[in-house]
Amino acid sequence: MVRPPTRVTNSIRTLRESAGLTQAELARRIGVTRQTLIAIEQGRYSPTLELAFQISHVFAVGLDDVFQYPEEA
Amino acid sequence: MVYEERNLWSSLIVSVIGMTVYVIVVLQQAGGAPLTEVDWVPIMLWTIGGSIVGAIIVSIVWGIVAGMRDPDGVGKSDERDRVISRMGGRVGQAFLVIAGLGVITLCAVEADWFWIANTMYFGFALSAIVGGIASVIAYRRGLV
Repeated sequence: MVRPPTRVTNSIRTLRESAGLTQAELARRIGVTRQTLIAIEQGRYSPTLELAFQISHVFAVGLDDVFQYPEEA
Repeated sequence: MVYEERNLWSSLIVSVIGMTVYVIVVLQQAGGAPLTEVDWVPIMLWTIGGSIVGAIIVSIVWGIVAGMRDPDGVGKSDERDRVISRMGGRVGQAFLVIAGLGVITLCAVEADWFWIANTMYFGFALSAIVGGIASVIAYRRGLV
């Protein structure tokens, strides 16, 4: 089984679709390429803290509402 | 494919072609004689110059074609590009260190200049190629 690259998950796609934003629109608003946004949404790239805050500000929610990390067992 | 990844592919493809052409031409010139008798300087300089010019041309042409399909993505780069570029540089740097140590060793044993220069050349070439492959993998499979 392939190990997932990170334990961090995110709700960007859900939030983005709820806000009626396309990937291209959200990418433009946070100043990254559409490919980078796709990589973040799919968990293939962990954004910097600064970019993570920019994303949460677009949706006007807290960082925890956008990114989740599982509690230690 | 983003702007920086296209540039990466361009230099990777041209580096592999350049290195292959160099090896073939040197071996042809040697024609079975010792490699140290080959006049390697012009071949190496032409290969390096050709690789630089080739990478620029491929990158420009590819950029024009890609720009016609996605005008918004032309020349754009972001933090992921910078992170991947740094990682690729770190991976490639190992080969520069190995080549540097090789050059020192060859100088210490007073090896022919051919071997000294070629050790450094292949260090540069492998550094670019391996670093480029690592970066391409990061673009395709992710970097977290």
